Amino acid sequence: MSENIRFIQGNEACVEGAIYAGIDFFAGYPITPSTEIAEHLARRLPETGGKFIQMEDEIASMCAIIGASLTGKKVMTATSGPGFSLKQEAIGYACMTEIPCVIANVQRGGPSTGNPTHVSQGDINQARWGTHGDHSIIALTASNHQDVFNMTVDAFNMAETYRTPVVLLFDEVVGHMREKLVIPEEGEVEIVSRLRTSLGKGVDYHPYLPREDGRLPMSDFGGEHKYNVTGLFHDMWGFPSNNPKTVNELLRHLVDKIENNVRSITRYKEHFLEDAEYIMVSYGSSARSAIHLAKNRRAKGEKIGVLELQSIWPFPTEMVREKCANAKAVLVVEMNMGQVTAQVKAAVRKPNRVFLANRIDGKLITPADIKRLLRVIQGRGV
Amino acid sequence: MNRVRLVFSGSGGQGVITAAIILAEAAVMYDGKNATQSQSYGAAARGGGTRSDIIISDQEINFPEVRQPNVLVCLTQDAYNTYSSIVRPGGLLLTDTKFVKTTKKVDARQVELPLFEEVMAKIGKPVVFNICVLGALVGITEVIRPKSVMSAVADRVPRDFLELNNEALDLGFTLGAESQ
Amino acid sequence: MAVKDYLRERYFPHMWCPGCGHGTILNSLIRAVEELQLHKNEIVMVSGIGCSARISGYVDFHSLHTIHGRALTFATGVKLSQPRLKVLVPMGDGDALAIGGNHFIHAARRNIDITAIVMNNRIYGMTGGQFSPLSGPGVKATTAPFTTIDDNFDVVELATAAGASFVARSTAFHVKETTEILKKAIMHKGFSVVELLSQCPTHYGRKNKEGDAASMLDLQKSGTAKIGSKALEKNPALTPRGIFVDTDKPEYCEEYDKIIAHATKENIS
Repeated sequence: MSENIRFIQGNEACVEGAIYAGIDFFAGYPITPSTEIAEHLARRLPETGGKFIQMEDEIASMCAIIGASLTGKKVMTATSGPGFSLKQEAIGYACMTEIPCVIANVQRGGPSTGNPTHVSQGDINQARWGTHGDHSIIALTASNHQDVFNMTVDAFNMAETYRTPVVLLFDEVVGHMREKLVIPEEGEVEIVSRLRTSLGKGVDYHPYLPREDGRLPMSDFGGEHKYNVTGLFHDMWGFPSNNPKTVNELLRHLVDKIENNVRSITRYKEHFLEDAEYIMVSYGSSARSAIHLAKNRRAKGEKIGVLELQSIWPFPTEMVREKCANAKAVLVVEMNMGQVTAQVKAAVRKPNRVFLANRIDGKLITPADIKRLLRVIQGRGV
Repeated sequence: MNRVRLVFSGSGGQGVITAAIILAEAAVMYDGKNATQSQSYGAAARGGGTRSDIIISDQEINFPEVRQPNVLVCLTQDAYNTYSSIVRPGGLLLTDTKFVKTTKKVDARQVELPLFEEVMAKIGKPVVFNICVLGALVGITEVIRPKSVMSAVADRVPRDFLELNNEALDLGFTLGAESQ
Repeated sequence: MAVKDYLRERYFPHMWCPGCGHGTILNSLIRAVEELQLHKNEIVMVSGIGCSARISGYVDFHSLHTIHGRALTFATGVKLSQPRLKVLVPMGDGDALAIGGNHFIHAARRNIDITAIVMNNRIYGMTGGQFSPLSGPGVKATTAPFTTIDDNFDVVELATAAGASFVARSTAFHVKETTEILKKAIMHKGFSVVELLSQCPTHYGRKNKEGDAASMLDLQKSGTAKIGSKALEKNPALTPRGIFVDTDKPEYCEEYDKIIAHATKENIS
C-alpha cells in the first residue's frame, strides 16, 4: 500500500492540506460539522512542533490565530455557521491589518443553530459580506477530497501572497464523507512562504508601504522591527490616522489587491463543457450531483456540461461569462436560495436564461432533483 | 464488477459504521479502487438506527448516496422493515437470523445467516459481530478480495484484538461461502 | 536606556484628557520595563479598545491594537506561538471585564504567562461616560442618569478565583509602588493581573462630585491602604493595595512544550 494514499473524511483531507502547506498554529472551538479538523490537528500539530489550542469561544479562536500569525506562523481556525458569525469582527480586523490566516467553514443548515448535522451552502454571501464595512476577501471551495487538499494548500498560499484572510467554504457532505486522498510528494505542489522584509537593523521599516508589485513584506513580532498594528485606518507605519487621503488610499488598496487579481485567484474545473448547450454551474458537494447527471445525460447524447467553481470570491465574473457564452440555458446547482445564482445572473449576457436548481432541506441535492428542472428548461415536460 | 453500491444498516453499537469504513477502506487501500463511505445517524435513519452508504468503483464516484443498493445488510428488524424495499431487484440482502425475520416480499436474493449465534458460540465476544458480518459478505460476494479486508482490519484494530477479529472474519467468511 | 527611549515621541502629544490617570500609569510601566532592563524587541504590547488601549501606540515595543474586549485572546496567540516574548496587556475596566470578561477568566484559568493590567477608572471614557462593570452601585453615568443599581466585580477576587497566579492592586497616585508591583508582575511566570485605579475627571469626576484630577488622586490616597497596614486594620472599608496572590503554578506554554515532547517521542517510536 502506498504511504501517500489515505481513505479519510473531507475534514481530515483539509488537515492534510494544512500540514502540507506548513501550518504552525491552530486555535479552535468545537462545532459540528467541522470538529474533526480541530481533533486531528490537536494530535498532528504537536507531533511536528506546532501548537494547537482550544479557546474559550469562536471569537477567541479567530483572534488567537491573528496574534500567532504576527509572530510569523502559518495559522488556521475551523468552524461552521454560528461560529463563522461570531468570528466576523476579527475577520474584518485581519482584512484591515492585512494579516494572513485561513478560516475553514464547514457549512451546515442555517440561519441560527439551524441544522447542525445536515448539509447546506448558505454561507456564500456571509463569507463575502459577513464583516462590516467595505473590504475584499478570498473564498475557495471543493467537491472532493483531492480538491479539499489542493484548495487548502491554495488558501494558505493566497493568504501569504495577498496578506489576507482566506475562507474555505466546505460543506457537511464533503466534510464528513470518506473517500480517497493521494497526498502529493514534498515539492510536488508549490508552497508560498511568508514574504519577510529584507531590511536590516537600524533601517526604517514601513509595515504598510506596498512594494512596486503591490505586496507588503512582513516582519515577525519579536524580530528587529517594532511597529504598530491597529484596526483603525492607519498610515504606512501602522499608526492610526483619519487623514482623508490615508483613509481613501488604504481602503482602495484593501479592495484592489484582491479584485485586481481575480484572474490569478480564479480556480475552476470544466466537465464536458466544450460543446455544451446546457451548462450546470455548481460547487462543493452539489457539484458531485451535477457531474453525475452530466455523465448520464452525455451517455444518452445530450450536450450538457458542468462548470465547477472552486473559487467563489472574488467572483470569477469574466470567466463565467466566457464559459457560458454559448449556452442555451445555465442551471446553477446549489443548496441555498440562490446566492451564487445571483452572481451568475449578473455575469452572463442573458440573465433570464439562468435558473436555480436548489435543495434547502438538509439533504444533498440529487441528480434526479436537477434532472426534473432541466427537463422543464429543455421544454421536455414536467 | 464495475460499480457496487452497498447499504449497511442496523442500530448504534453494532459496529455498522466501522464495518462500512473497513470495507470501503480495503477497496481503496488494497484493491486499488475508488470508494466513498457516508453515514447518517438518529432521526435520519429512524428508530435510533444507523445507516452507512458505500460505493465501490473502478471509476470516479460523484453522487455519493445510494438509492438502490446491489448489496443491503440489515442487522435489526427496524432496519429490515425500513430498507428492504430499496434493494436493487436481483441484488443481495444479508440478514442475521437472531435479529431479523424476513418476508418473502423482497425482490432480491435473501441470505439469512446465524452470525451472531456463531460468534457467541465460537468466540464468545459480541464486539466482533460486525467483523463477522463483513467476513460473511466477502464470502458471499466478490465485492473485494478477502485478503484486502484482512489487511484493512489489521490497520484499524488494536494489535491485542487482531487475532480475535481475524477469527471473526474467518468465521463469517466460511459461513458466507458455505451458504452459496 | 532612558525612559524616553521606550516611547514613540513621534506620536505625542497623546490623546488622553488633561488630568487622566492613564499617562501616570504609562510612566510607571515604562519605568518598570527600564529598571528591569528588558530589551524592547522582546516585548509585545497587546491592547483592545478604549482610552486605555491607546497606550500601545505610544510605546516603542511590538504593539498590537486590537478589537474591543479581545486583547487577551490575541495576546494568547502571540504568547503561545512565541513563548520567549514578554506580553503585556493593558485594558480598561469595560474592555477587560464587560465585553472581555470571558477571555479574562479563561486566560487566568490557563495561567498563560501574560501580564494583564486593568486600568480601572470605573467608566467608559472614550464613548463619553457610561457606567462599567467596575462602577458599582450609586454611580452617575450617561447611561445611569438616576445612578447605577448593579454591583461591581472585585477584580482581585475575580482574578484569584479564576486561577491567576499573581494578583495585585495599586493606584495612579502610588507611582513608585505601581512600578514595583509591575516589575514583579512582568517577571512572574504565569498569568498576572494588576488592577490600577485610575482617574477620569472628565467623565467620572464631574458627574460624581469627586472634583478635579487632584482631588480624585487624593481619594486614591485616602480611600486605599496597604494590605497588612494599621490603617486598613482600623478601617476595613478602605480598598486594600498590594500583592494578594503570588504563587507557582504550571504555566500554559511550558505545559504545552511537554505535550510536544510527548507527541514527538510517540511519533518516533
